[in-house]
Amino acid sequence: MKKFINDPADVVAQALAGVAAAHPELRVDIDEQYIVRADAPRPGKVGLVSGGGSGHEPLHGGFVGPGMLDAACPGEIFTSPVPDQILAATKAVDGGAGVVHIVKNYTGDVMNFQLAAELATDEGISVETVLVDDDVAVEDSTWTAGRRGTGATLLVEKIAGARAEEGGKLAEVAAIGREVNTHSGSFAYALTAGTTPAAGRPGFDLPADEIEAGVGIHGEPGRRREKLRPARELVHSALDAILDAKQFPGPVIVLVNGLGGTPLIELYLIYGEVAKHLEDRGVRIARRLVGNYVTSLDMAGMSLTLCQATDEMIRLWDAPARTPGLRWGA
Amino acid sequence: MDVALARDWMRAAAGLIAADADRLTQLDSAIGDGDHGVNLNRGFTAVVAALEKSPPETVSEVLVKAGTTLMSRVGGASGPLYGTALRTAGKALPAGAEVRPADLVAALHAGLDAVRKLGGAAPGDKTLVDAYAPALDALEKAVAEGAGPAGAAEAAARAAEAGAEATVPLRARKGRASYLGERSIGHQDPGATSTALIFRALADVS
Repeated sequence: MKKFINDPADVVAQALAGVAAAHPELRVDIDEQYIVRADAPRPGKVGLVSGGGSGHEPLHGGFVGPGMLDAACPGEIFTSPVPDQILAATKAVDGGAGVVHIVKNYTGDVMNFQLAAELATDEGISVETVLVDDDVAVEDSTWTAGRRGTGATLLVEKIAGARAEEGGKLAEVAAIGREVNTHSGSFAYALTAGTTPAAGRPGFDLPADEIEAGVGIHGEPGRRREKLRPARELVHSALDAILDAKQFPGPVIVLVNGLGGTPLIELYLIYGEVAKHLEDRGVRIARRLVGNYVTSLDMAGMSLTLCQATDEMIRLWDAPARTPGLRWGA
Repeated sequence: MDVALARDWMRAAAGLIAADADRLTQLDSAIGDGDHGVNLNRGFTAVVAALEKSPPETVSEVLVKAGTTLMSRVGGASGPLYGTALRTAGKALPAGAEVRPADLVAALHAGLDAVRKLGGAAPGDKTLVDAYAPALDALEKAVAEGAGPAGAAEAAARAAEAGAEATVPLRARKGRASYLGERSIGHQDPGATSTALIFRALADVS
């Protein structure tokens, strides 16, 4: 393992110290481990808190700022945050209008956010939870913990964040977040496994000519192993899986997302194939985003996310955002 | 069980988990994300420190403090699940410096019920329940048959270990391993394995 670290045990805390130094517009609590807008809490504004394991940067800490999240709780690498941490972040952003928790559907995230929401409710804070479960690679929910939350998390944070920024009420912010999730589907491929600093070696071995299809964002193997094929064919398979799982009659927002170890030249090549294939299938692209946004450490791979967007979602997508990882119109 | 034994139990559990942290992490790498040993070791190290910093005076307090510490230090699914098990068991115990074996059995039942409610797992789902449930059955049976603390704890530890080994051919239905579907078959569940270590620790100190 070759990584720019000092000690595997201190990676998250030392990275947070770096975030604090690089972004004076954010406030970072190194002890409780959360990142919050420097102007929080904002009276009367619904607070948005998300979080999950570290290793998915810029998700979630990189999306804290006006127009998106009010706070993020990074857990240990690939390990969800703990209830105390989520509660501290929730209290830090509560401006009296309630707080929305945006939670990816992974067992640990769900449990820790559930416990934190109970604790926050005990302290008189209204909490609504938006559960993100967009990964269509997981088919049968009676045999699994349900579909995972992956790329659509970014769309939920952007669109619900814009709704909160313009003064939406707690129920409205949660409702648009849930609507985005319901209308989103994602599928990912991994070319290589990621390496966690604690483990020191890749999460799985993969022969040079094989890939993992249907991976999540925690370095775990996917649904099946396949032979590497040209990008065009992989894009077609992934898009077909998404289009088969969900209905996309209207225009879509497309996210072509790198998993941390894939260069932009490949992601743009993929976007070109996505645009062409969607055109062939009669699906209109309203907005698109290409880059590394929801990553899995240094995993080489990519995920595709489609969200069938209403005019309201597109308006909120276009609204200003000013965060370290996503910024436009402001 | 008295308060000293309860503290020794938690300390012994921390020792076994530290010694087997790499093995737990390797089991987790096969079907999860490869951090179970690291996370649980961090949590139990904190449990030992918390118990030394302000030593509890009842068995109930030992388990509640251990559970609370795990919940606030481990994260993932293990933190809430192991934390809930110990906290709920501790709260179900009568106050006092000493508890009867039947009290402990009832408290551990309450802990198992809380874990099953929180995680939604049933026996056979390839989770820690597959070690916890048979261990508790064995403990209850041994206590009912009049076995001493050492014999009863040994029976529980053996049942937990057998339960953990029996997860190998199962297909995971809960947690991150469930995403692998058929590919989860053939690997021992890390949560069931660490649960067996905790029951083994009880046998070691009883």
